[in-house]
Amino acid sequence: MNRKISVTINGKRHTDEVEPRLLLIHYLREVAGLTGPHIGCETSICGACTVMLDGKAVKSCTMFAVQADGRDVLTIEGLAAADGKLHPIQEAFWNEHGLQCGFCTPGMILTTKQLLEDHPNPTDHEIRHGLEGNLCRCTGYQHIVNAVKAAAAKGGA
Amino acid sequence: MATTITKTETLVGKRIRRREDPRLITGTACYLDDIKIPGMHHACIVRSTHAAAKIKGISSQAASELPGVVAIFTGADIAKLGAVPCAASLPGLRVPHHHLLAQDRVYFVGHPIAVVVATDRYIARDAADLVEVDYDVLPAVADPEKAIAAGAPPVHPEWPDNVAFTFHQEGGDTEQAFRDAEIVVKQRITSQRLIPTAMETRGVVAEWRPGDKAMTLWSSTQIPHLMRTMVAGILGMNENLLRVITPEVGGGFGSKLNVYAEEALMGFVAMKIGKPVKWVESRRENFTCTIHGRGHVDYFELAAKRDGTMLGLKLKLIQDLGAYHQLLTPAIPTLSVLMMPGLYRFKNISAEIVGAFTNCVPTDAYRGAGRPEATHGIERMVDILAAELKMDPAEIRLKNFVGNDEFPFPTATGLMYDSGNYAAPLHQALETVSYESLRKEQTAARAAGKLMGIGMSTYGEICAMGPSQALPAGGWESATVKVEPTGKVTVLTGCSPHGQGEETTFAQVAADELGCDIDDVMVIHGDTAIVQYGIGTFGSRGTAVGGAALFYALQDLKAKMKKFGAMLLESENVVFGGGACVDEATGKSVSFAEMATAAYHAKKLPPNTEPGLVATHFWEPPNFTFPFGAHIVVTEVDRETGAIDIKRYVAVDDCGKILNPLIVDGQVHGGVAQGLGQALWEEAVYDENGQLVSGELTDYAIPRAPYMPWIESSHTTTPSPVNPLGVKGVGEAGTIGCSPAVVNSVVDALSPLGVRHIDMPLTPQKIWNLIQQGGRA
Repeated sequence: MNRKISVTINGKRHTDEVEPRLLLIHYLREVAGLTGPHIGCETSICGACTVMLDGKAVKSCTMFAVQADGRDVLTIEGLAAADGKLHPIQEAFWNEHGLQCGFCTPGMILTTKQLLEDHPNPTDHEIRHGLEGNLCRCTGYQHIVNAVKAAAAKGGA
Repeated sequence: MATTITKTETLVGKRIRRREDPRLITGTACYLDDIKIPGMHHACIVRSTHAAAKIKGISSQAASELPGVVAIFTGADIAKLGAVPCAASLPGLRVPHHHLLAQDRVYFVGHPIAVVVATDRYIARDAADLVEVDYDVLPAVADPEKAIAAGAPPVHPEWPDNVAFTFHQEGGDTEQAFRDAEIVVKQRITSQRLIPTAMETRGVVAEWRPGDKAMTLWSSTQIPHLMRTMVAGILGMNENLLRVITPEVGGGFGSKLNVYAEEALMGFVAMKIGKPVKWVESRRENFTCTIHGRGHVDYFELAAKRDGTMLGLKLKLIQDLGAYHQLLTPAIPTLSVLMMPGLYRFKNISAEIVGAFTNCVPTDAYRGAGRPEATHGIERMVDILAAELKMDPAEIRLKNFVGNDEFPFPTATGLMYDSGNYAAPLHQALETVSYESLRKEQTAARAAGKLMGIGMSTYGEICAMGPSQALPAGGWESATVKVEPTGKVTVLTGCSPHGQGEETTFAQVAADELGCDIDDVMVIHGDTAIVQYGIGTFGSRGTAVGGAALFYALQDLKAKMKKFGAMLLESENVVFGGGACVDEATGKSVSFAEMATAAYHAKKLPPNTEPGLVATHFWEPPNFTFPFGAHIVVTEVDRETGAIDIKRYVAVDDCGKILNPLIVDGQVHGGVAQGLGQALWEEAVYDENGQLVSGELTDYAIPRAPYMPWIESSHTTTPSPVNPLGVKGVGEAGTIGCSPAVVNSVVDALSPLGVRHIDMPLTPQKIWNLIQQGGRA
């Protein structure tokens, strides 16, 4: 039996009838039509599906869409300013070559946002532990660490 | 016609941020699973839960009755279609017929048995769970050495010895070298099975257009054109009616350098149901059904003089092939043999490969593809020899390197090393770590009871694959450059990258050669209907072969543009450069855009010249390139836990000329991460029944941010004479150089306990046990 949910995604309210078992990631991608959050493992290990739910980074592959009812979701598509100006974290990932294939990047950037909210001037240790739940197979993380530092220097989250 | 200010700033060699990034950092890139087509259905594949079994029956009644299910296909439906292809050939190679779906028998866990098609991906998955397969379970074998031992269960009943091939390679006179030897060291060394783990799993979308008898296939692949040829063959359709599109690809590392059952299978499904269909691999499927890498058991014997001069090498290599040959499976260990001499001068090699079938998913090319195994072996053996002779590991390497005056250098395995200065990166790495004082520090640490290790590797690799003689489907690459009527530039490359940044580096090359603004250059790849035939991105060939093809296409185009420039300037004495054509006598010039417009408006044409500005070049490389480098790793082992702390990681890589240092750094870091994954954590573990125990990311440990050391990366530069850009390739260097340096470091740390060799991965459990046993494995 479908349930009616209402979710604010990137500032816009969406109301849909969904199966109770529908995962939030599938809701965002298949129903709301987003392409930023990715599916890398479906076991909450890789973090490619990371979005912000009421301001906290969560892995949307291990939440149901119905759990987001009445709540606020920010995805990578909603991070840049309305005029298209990139968020400082996006700019930093670009400048520092913090991505290669790009598949982990939306999740990595949103996790960085959370990290910088928790630690505005993070140490290397805090950066690396803050990113522990997000896997990247391309970069060896070094340029990502540089990007987080650069974003922090620019005012971060 | 005014005097034009010419562009003088060049872009090659600069740290330029990537042009592909804006779409990736905003979530607007289109990966395979982002593709949606009206009427699209979803497929889910029923896979074997056993490593070896006869299929007694398949019951799909309940599944087919589920609302939303439109079709279920099994082995009988595809029996007359072609097989999953193996392009490699070796004398006497046994090639099992690799059907798209299992027929009466399954050979590995994950073997596809049936495909369920439904209107929704949840329904497809529900229905797949309702398909019941009745198995008659058979004994399985998952270990390659056990597989080729007497009495092992046969993987394929027609070949009861489980030997797919044996292959010998001889160079020089190895028997004489061993007779001349004053010391021979022997060691069994394994390179464990690894799971490539691209963050994006594989996926396919197929759309059949019955009116045209044509199909479009989207696949997350490294080789769109080869895919088109082979899938068309499997389906029995004309390849010019099949269009393969590679969307954004979320990592490959060799795992997408293949043609799998699912591409042709989705094509077949789309034809049958008359609707587009999508299949996206789950992570579990990615681990059980996409190729694995490595899977070596190697027996080495190294002969030398007591002064450390290496004389010859013997190798018996047992390659775990898995149950089938994928595209290049049997060829991968032959690359290992080619790379066996490493950077060393000795000319005597005797190698035997035994390719063993096992009830596991096939192995194939994974980052480095045969070269990491070889480098790990030779670099471990050099250290073992040095330890026996009580020589310094740097000293023994420097003594045996091919000399700078010996290039081009013919190796014992028939290669011709292009150029090199092998001592240079080692010296640079030794200086970076202050080697002499570091050894003193180690002596003091040992006296204080600490287990501190210093390890190095000096690696070589075979890149820019490669001459067409060496690759089954050709080793050339193609490029087309089009200057459009408005002077904007379109580059079409046959190399379809997936994270390597060629949209940027190729634009740098084009902008420099044409003298135009880089923002006026667009690089297009990965669509067989738009781009001329190409080979693909693998084997560190993108820039070294694809970039060279682009360079030559640009020369052809410049020559033609110059003709239009001369016509417009009414002079024969003109120079093309800096985005303009200049009459040297008068100083008058015509701009890039003026020449482009003239070529298309064609009101007047230079003699014997056709309208338009398009140049295509197919470039056949005359040789491989051979990058090299030195990595030094400083470790400390915790006696209480067996944990390894990497104190320093120094990488000095020589990949020839560097087009974009930012991108090269990224390639080195990522390569090292995958080498470190192999050295310390990763292992595809099959139990004795052929079940993949490390079957999810929960159990297979790829590197995470907190566990990666800071990589101190630098370079020496020895241009390659093989291609006009002087580049050698860098995509696999980090992976190849890393694992032996790490293991050599940890063995050095534990050498006071008498440890001489440890097989990867160096898990804390393994190290702790070694320490407990006083160094005896």
